[in-house]
Amino acid sequence: MTLASTLIAARSQMAFTLGFHIILASLGVALPALMLIANYRGLRHDDADALRLAQRWSKAVAVTFAVGAVTGTVLSFEFGLLWPAFTGRFGQVFGLLFAIEGICFFLEAIFIAIYIFGWKRLSPWAHFWTGVPVVIAGLGGAFSVVAVNSWMNQPQGYSPTSGTVTSVEPLKVIFNPAVRYEVPHMILAAYLVTGFIVASIYAVGLLRGRRDRIHRLGLLIPLTVACIATPIQFAVGDSAARAIAAHQPIKFAGMECVDKTSTHVTEYIYGRCTSSGVRGGIGIPGFDSFLVGWSTSTKVTGLDAVPSDDRPPANTMLHWAFDTMIGICTLLIGLALWLGVGWWRKRDFPQTRWFLRATAVSGVAAVVALECGWIVTEVGRQPWIVYNVMRTSDAVTHANGVWVTFGLVLAIYVALGAALIITLRAMSERWRSAGEQDVEVPYGPEAGLPEVSG
Amino acid sequence: MSEADAVAAVLWIGVTMYAVFGGADFGAGLWNLFARGGEGGKRPRDLIDWAIGPVWEANHVWLIFTLVVLWTGFPSAFEAVFSTLFIPLSLAALGIVVRGAGFAFHRTARRFRGRLLAERLFGLASVLTPFFMGTVVGAVAGGRVPVGNAAGDAVTSWVNPLSLVIGALFVATGAYLSAVFLVSDSRRARVPDLERYFATRALVSAVVTGGLAAAGLVELHGHARFVFDGLKGDALPLVILSAVCGIAVLVLLHRGARRGARPLAVGAVASVVWGWGIAQHPYLLPQTLKISAGAAPSATLTTLLVIFGVAVVLVLPALGLLFTLAQRSVVEETSRPSPQPTGGEA
Repeated sequence: MTLASTLIAARSQMAFTLGFHIILASLGVALPALMLIANYRGLRHDDADALRLAQRWSKAVAVTFAVGAVTGTVLSFEFGLLWPAFTGRFGQVFGLLFAIEGICFFLEAIFIAIYIFGWKRLSPWAHFWTGVPVVIAGLGGAFSVVAVNSWMNQPQGYSPTSGTVTSVEPLKVIFNPAVRYEVPHMILAAYLVTGFIVASIYAVGLLRGRRDRIHRLGLLIPLTVACIATPIQFAVGDSAARAIAAHQPIKFAGMECVDKTSTHVTEYIYGRCTSSGVRGGIGIPGFDSFLVGWSTSTKVTGLDAVPSDDRPPANTMLHWAFDTMIGICTLLIGLALWLGVGWWRKRDFPQTRWFLRATAVSGVAAVVALECGWIVTEVGRQPWIVYNVMRTSDAVTHANGVWVTFGLVLAIYVALGAALIITLRAMSERWRSAGEQDVEVPYGPEAGLPEVSG
Repeated sequence: MSEADAVAAVLWIGVTMYAVFGGADFGAGLWNLFARGGEGGKRPRDLIDWAIGPVWEANHVWLIFTLVVLWTGFPSAFEAVFSTLFIPLSLAALGIVVRGAGFAFHRTARRFRGRLLAERLFGLASVLTPFFMGTVVGAVAGGRVPVGNAAGDAVTSWVNPLSLVIGALFVATGAYLSAVFLVSDSRRARVPDLERYFATRALVSAVVTGGLAAAGLVELHGHARFVFDGLKGDALPLVILSAVCGIAVLVLLHRGARRGARPLAVGAVASVVWGWGIAQHPYLLPQTLKISAGAAPSATLTTLLVIFGVAVVLVLPALGLLFTLAQRSVVEETSRPSPQPTGGEA
């Protein structure tokens, strides 16, 4: 197997495993928060329905966290299996962030276990408080992992810049310039994606005529969280794009299909990126320049500023991913406004089927936006693994067999994803058939000593 | 002790914790696989579930801990190990996925068949994963991992008698530890018949583990002389300690003693891990990479030690809380097995 072929296999495997894990990681960060909001409401307002939601969501947290833990373990193996030269050279620089993430992950695993297994035996408020470290550790973990990605985009805090690293400045590594926008962007994405996914599940239930209070509350709690996060996300994303235009102009040129450096650059919505400019798509003259510097006479760096070897590949895909992410975010802001108006007028979510239909697709839409965002940041950084310092092709393993492991990973992950969805659906069906007679009442008296179920 | 040695010690703490807690977890999977199918094997399987349910995830975080300390503190060693040993480490990673998924899904699976499939996968992966990890340790101890990107032989580095024996030793050690733990768990669940069931298995696996350890020593003598000499030299007290602990566990189990078996079994495993570390000191990869040569810059090592200190302060009390709650049965989800073995319905 040639190195070029190994590189394609390694990038495919990394993209696939990371693209899979990012959904679970988002759920791992934000679902415990939704669970605690419901738990708090349940205890504070003596709301049995909210408590039942909290208990159900805690079981979903258990399953998604378990699967996310193993897909995350795979990623840590891949640092060595796929990119040994990258980790061999820079592990001593970015590794510190993973050490912090390790602490967070440990605390998450411990307190999730205590929370999930403690429903029946801990006092209600003590139980609630055992969930709080999960949320905090989730934020800390997201910070450290995303800060590594930020560092790969804007590396600093080590020397010399070529050859073996001999000195490291940890604080400069941890607080690299891209942290300021990448970290909030990802944390908001996690809350937004999780909120819309959970809300969409209850919207489908409501559309099927299950109009009980559990479904209404199950829609309202996550949707409110997501709808608050969405407009903030739009603003954070906008400032991220401007920062990328300033610090990684070639990445930005790839995202926006800007061929030649000039002023009055047209903003294209979709369209094909070709060597002779953008074909098709909707062009808004001067708008790209305006977005970068608030004036149509702002100069925007084009791909022609660097040799073709230094440009990101697959420009049309990159551009479409960027536009799709922004498009979906815009539509989701529309949904947030719809909810806001409904709440302002009637203190309830809008009672039309169209609102429920829109909410029902919002979960999938948010996941698509999340994946598009990762394509933008990962493909846009190419051909560099460490921006302008180390090429991805120099980082890849010299071992043979990456195509084989990619095939195996693909097969196992497809089965894993299917099993996860089937399991979550089966859990929800079981809850529904148990209905109001749900034997597992949170904090309720025990039905007797546990016995083996035959 | 230099800063690099201190970080190597932290790495070894991670390896020890994973060998003990992760190993016992793998062993529980093995006993799940070996339990008879149908009703006869259901009770031991239920006990295993009940015992490891609350702690299994935390147990495996030690692996992440070890990997992160290795690639941050000694990046060139990480590069060498993960590129040369691409095959066994890929298989171990896939094993971890299958195992984790099997365990997560077997309790939620609705149909009996799905549950059985998930359980079997969990059991099978619990045997294969530590085996591949053991071959990796064998390759390192045997000096078959040169520095660089896939500089060693992709196959013979880990397919050799020493690696295979250490692979088998890993599986057996996990089974042994787990059986000893499950004896105590049976007592906690007040199921005397399962206490005897796992005591028998603990005795058998203790003998197998001892035999494999002896075979490992013979192989080290033939193919990894540096490590063997270290075990015979500086690490000799730990080797003796491990043997004494192991024999003491055998005696206690045979007598049906109520206390002491668990800490002694842990002591037997931990002293072997530290014996290995001391035997190959000052090398990280025996005779190709010294700890001092492979270590990260000083600022990284210092920060890593500080983070480790924070981890001790934050994580250990939390971990202690989890294990205490689990041992007092304050946190449990699945039901424990019924006090008496029953025929059909339970």
